Amino acid sequence: MKRFALTLAALAFAAGAHAQVTVKDPWVRATVPQQKATGAFMQLTATKEARLVSAASPVAGVVEIHEMAMVDNVMKMRALPSGLELPAGKAVDLKPGGYHVMLMDLKGQVKEGDVVPVTLVVEGKDGKKETLEIKATARPLNTAAKTDPSQGGAHGAMKH
Amino acid sequence: MAFTARTAFRSFLVLALAALTVLLAGCNRTDNVAAPSFRGLDLTGAPYGRDFRLTDPEGRERALGDYKGKAVLMYFGFTQCPDVCPTALIRAAEVKKLLGADGEKLQVIFITIDPERDTPEVIKAYTAAFDPSFIGLYGDAKRTRETADEFKAYYKAVPTGGSYTMDHSALSYAFDPQGRLRLALRHEQTADDYAHDIRQLLAGK
Repeated sequence: MKRFALTLAALAFAAGAHAQVTVKDPWVRATVPQQKATGAFMQLTATKEARLVSAASPVAGVVEIHEMAMVDNVMKMRALPSGLELPAGKAVDLKPGGYHVMLMDLKGQVKEGDVVPVTLVVEGKDGKKETLEIKATARPLNTAAKTDPSQGGAHGAMKH
Repeated sequence: MAFTARTAFRSFLVLALAALTVLLAGCNRTDNVAAPSFRGLDLTGAPYGRDFRLTDPEGRERALGDYKGKAVLMYFGFTQCPDVCPTALIRAAEVKKLLGADGEKLQVIFITIDPERDTPEVIKAYTAAFDPSFIGLYGDAKRTRETADEFKAYYKAVPTGGSYTMDHSALSYAFDPQGRLRLALRHEQTADDYAHDIRQLLAGK
């Protein structure tokens, strides 16, 4: 599975001639019938400072870049208005407990094993946009984050 | 000089006696097992969180009394939630496993705070994806709000991308086999912490 994802990431890398961003281990949480939303998770690494500004997918009517935060034991999920910062050379995890690509208004059930195409739009510091086509495989609904959620994911500041 | 030494020795004796008393008192407390040490927030005797009246996916009215004899772990959430809700239910399934044979004495309840989108079919399929024994409950908008209020749980719809998401309390509530609210466990706590506390509730503590 992992090698498969890496191969896809490599393909994604090859697709854009000047790709600055590599995508590792992309996956989507499978849904039950009539469930209207889910999340896509992955690890992004940009060679130069960049920003993930938007995403799209044929399986969803609306796609947003979200951040999850726990504030006084209340879970808040918000779209990042100016996208997700990708510092140069630093891997950014989109995983449960932190960031995710939110797939909303789903057009159908995402079944385990489905390959979900997702288009990521990354903007460099020079304002140039590039597009990455990735394929995220749907993992079971009950797939846990690889690391303990108590680690707070990408943003330790959420803890109190 | 001798006087000083004697005084010092006497001081030592007093201190040693004091230390021994503390130690003995400590032992005593352990022997009585008076106060259970929970890792969650102890809500024993709280004047809220007494009951709910909701509907299960088969259309049956449900109240806390239906689960007497089992410890109950209850969570407010919604199925469109890609992150904390699956994490909470994955943890609940892990807790059940950690309890071993006593896992049968744990009832996990998922209460939707988004009944508009979480239809009985969706809730049923959703909870079953984590463990077939988990139960999803719902009410109409008014009943859902009353239930959350009774448990001092917070939720609010927040518009996003032409749709909406839900902010919501991510605490898990634990009840003892008599159906009394005992604990609130936090999202940051581990399955091990949860199992530790539920074991005590099942042991009658």
